[in-house]
Order: sequence, then C-alpha cells, then structure tokens
Amino acid sequence: MSHPLRGAAAITGLGMTPMGRIYGKSTFELAADAVRLAITDAGLKKDEIDGLLINAGITGTTGGGLTLGLQNYLGLGNLRLLNHMNAAGSTAAQMVQYATMAIAAGMATHVVCVFADAPLRETTSSGAAYGGAARAPGRPKGMAGLYAAAGYFGANTGYALAARRHMAVYGTTQDQFGQIAVSQRAWAVNNPLAQLREPMTMEDYHASRWIIEPLHLLDCCLVSNGAVAVIVSPADRARSMPQPPVYIHGMGQGHPGDHARAGSDWETMTGARIAARTAFAMAGCGPEDIDICELYDCYTYTVLVTLEDYGFCKKGEGGPFVEDGKLGPGGSLPTNTGGGELSAYYMWGMTPLSEAVIQGRGAGGARQVTKNGLILCTGNGGNLSYHAALILSPHAN
Amino acid sequence: MTQPAVSKPLPEPDEPSLPFFQGATDGRLMLMKCADCGAFRLPSRHHCDECLSPTFTWEQASGRGTVRTFGVMHQRYHPGFALPYNVTVVELEEGPRITTNLVGIDNADIRVGMPVTVEWERHEDVTLPKFRPA
Repeated sequence: MSHPLRGAAAITGLGMTPMGRIYGKSTFELAADAVRLAITDAGLKKDEIDGLLINAGITGTTGGGLTLGLQNYLGLGNLRLLNHMNAAGSTAAQMVQYATMAIAAGMATHVVCVFADAPLRETTSSGAAYGGAARAPGRPKGMAGLYAAAGYFGANTGYALAARRHMAVYGTTQDQFGQIAVSQRAWAVNNPLAQLREPMTMEDYHASRWIIEPLHLLDCCLVSNGAVAVIVSPADRARSMPQPPVYIHGMGQGHPGDHARAGSDWETMTGARIAARTAFAMAGCGPEDIDICELYDCYTYTVLVTLEDYGFCKKGEGGPFVEDGKLGPGGSLPTNTGGGELSAYYMWGMTPLSEAVIQGRGAGGARQVTKNGLILCTGNGGNLSYHAALILSPHAN
Repeated sequence: MTQPAVSKPLPEPDEPSLPFFQGATDGRLMLMKCADCGAFRLPSRHHCDECLSPTFTWEQASGRGTVRTFGVMHQRYHPGFALPYNVTVVELEEGPRITTNLVGIDNADIRVGMPVTVEWERHEDVTLPKFRPA
C-alpha cells in the first residue's frame, strides 16, 4: 500500500532573488522579493497564503537575520501555520516536510517556505562571513574554549577533519574530491544563476589555495547574499496551478549527533543513512531509481559521503564512484545540476531544493536533464550533524 | 617559526570546567566519569550524555591516546596563530575525544591512528593540553 502522504503535496511556486555579492538589501527585503516572486509564480494572491515557515541563514546567529517579524513585514494576516525554524542546512527540506504534513492534516493550504541571508559585506572577504569564534570578543569560556585555543574555526575545520578521516580509513584521494568540484563546475557553466561559470580543470582545482588541508578553496562552498522561497500546496490544487507541479514522494530525516567519544563515526557515517531508509520507504523506490541528485554540498566531501549513505555505492567507495565524472553533464548520475553550493550559490538547503524544482519542472534550459522522473534532494547541517531529504517528481504517482 | 605578537584565544575556566583546568595546571589530565554507567566524558556538562545521570566523579586520565583525525590550517582566522598549524582530534584511552594540536612533529608526518601522549602548554593563568607522538 502506498504511503498516505506520498504525492499528497507539491511545490507550486518558486521565487529567487539575485544571489551572490548582492548588496544594499536587508534580509527582510530579500525575503519579501523572493516571496513576491514565488506567489506570482504560483498564480496566487497574497491573501491565499495561510502558512509561513521561515529560515534565517548565518545572519540568524550573527545579526540582521529573519525573525518571526517577517510575517508582519509581508502583511500576511491569514496564517494558520507559522514558525521560525533552524536545523542548519537541513532546514529547507524540513520546511517542505512540515508544510506537507500540515497540508495533509488540513492545517494549511498554501505554505510559503522562505530563506534569506546577507552575510557578505562589500569590504570583507567571503571567509569573514563565517568563522565565528575567531572574532568573538573576550576569552572563550570553559571547555568550549579548547576549540578556539586549538585554532578550530568555523565549518571548514569540522569538514576537513571528517574528510581526512575518510581518506585515512578508505583511501579516498584528493583527486576524487577534486572531480566532484570539476563535475559541478561543468554544470554551472550552463546555469545563468551561478556565481562561478568559468570552466574548471583538475589543474585549477589543485592550484587553488589550501584553506585547511585536505580542503582546497575549491572544495568549499560559496558565501552568498540573497533569498529563495518555495510554495507547497495540496496535490489536487497543484494540478490546476500555472507551473508544472513538483510532487513530494518521499521525506526523511536523520540526526545521529556526535558524542565526541570512541564509537562515534560522525565523520564517515551521517544522518543520511537514517533519512534514506525513511524517504525511500515512503516514495517506494531505491537509489537505483533516482534520476537526478541535488545534494547539499557545503564541501566536496559532503557530496561523496552523502552518495555512500544513500546507497548509490558501498560505504568507503564514494571516491572511486565519483572519479569517472558520472556526476557531471552527460554522466550516469547527474548531480548538483546547477553547480550547487560550490559553484552556483549558497542559500543553505534552498540551493539543492531550488535546482530540484527547476529540474522537476523541466525548466533547466541548457542544463536540463532529460530523465527527471525522480529527484533526490538533501539538506545537511552542523558537522554532518543534521540531515533531511526529499524525493521529488514531476509525476503525481 | 616566529610567535605571533597577538595571543591566541585562551579559555577562561568556568564552574564545570574548573577541576579540568586546575588539573592541567598541576600536570594532570582530568576527566569526568559517570558514577552510574562509568562512561568518561570531557567536562562542562553536569549530565552524562550516555545515561543522563547527574552524578559523577573526577578521574585522572592516562594522558595517552591516538590521532582520530586532523587538518592543517592555512587560512588566517585569528592573528594569534602562526600558519600553517595542525588541528588534531585525539581519542583518549578512556574514550573521550579532545580537540587539540600536536607538537614536536612536522605537520606532514602526522598520521591518523598514531599514538600520542599529553604535553602541557603553559600560559600566564591557564594551562592547555597538547599532544606529542608517544
């Protein structure tokens, strides 16, 4: 018997502002632009929106980020569902999940899920937008201070530690990480929304400076200002709305945490393993049925470990799996078809989600993948700590 | 390697970590041990994250461990660090993992799994556990 929520809801609206080194707008202004575009895209009137789920990016922590006050900024007075959510990079997929459940429960009809962030300043580097503890005033307190005292700063450090562990345990190579970056850039070349569209070679990859070994600059995602909004609607409404619906067939989450002691394999075994079981069971499919992957790619390594954890290859074989370029244009597993967070834009979980909607609609232009029946879209956050998945399809059933 | 003029960020002991930092000053690596399930943990939390017991003792660790993983930092986040430097996670014999730096070894020679032993880095009012090859 089919899962009762399989195909119950669909993404019916997508709004994207310019993204990247975009200055002069607050996160609220960016969010309002994205929401306006999404509502127009869905052919709705603002008063028909009865659900709002909000995700602030890094500015939710550093200041200036979206708050619940966005409801009044947008003048949404008919809400039956409202929340401000944060599970880091897994939030975007989670917002769509909670919207789907609320719609299936009759608690809402058209739910806007919005992300906005503006950490970049005209006068500072991308790296300055993240890295937190390095600029914290005063002395770090207690045991947490051991991290700063060891020079552990920002997500770059955590992912370098994870990637190194994978290399040591499974023999994964720098070239294999590099191939992921090269494959994704080849997609970005044909994405007008992408920040980096110059073709990239393996030589370019190796020539890019070290951030923290084993991560080169080109192993790391961009930092972007901008906003993305999607609208989730009931499937029976979606069929008569202007855009081709992108149906939600599967949903899952996995959050293994890290107890920081012997026995934890947080570096190489992520929450994707748990989310995969739930999402594939709901969608009634397996990795062999997936046509396109839109995987959270804060780092090249995240893509590699996520592919393993969804069972596209065995644990430890992600390196050999990606090194033939099968993730790139013309490959057997098109992955991060807009260039992803590495080459296109960094809107946290909205990066894979927005490209999944574009591909599901068949609106990818020069980068459109012909076979788009099932699209795996993932979100990841923390140090591989939080994970959420959607399996999306242009087909209702 | 020349020492930067600016100090790196140094932890300020708080109530739950005070015995750890006092132990460090005395040259002893101290861990919390759950009085109920026996799991060791790094301090700063009053509950055992295995069984949630609030009852614990302080025990001296052996100071021995192995390199769980490491990175070599080239990006300047803080002026107190001379580049490049290693950031290393050591898994202690007792189980807990500690984020630290290896000393007495070239970064290029660090290997996952290598045995290491604690060494104390003394500052004016705080002492930090670092590790060197055993």
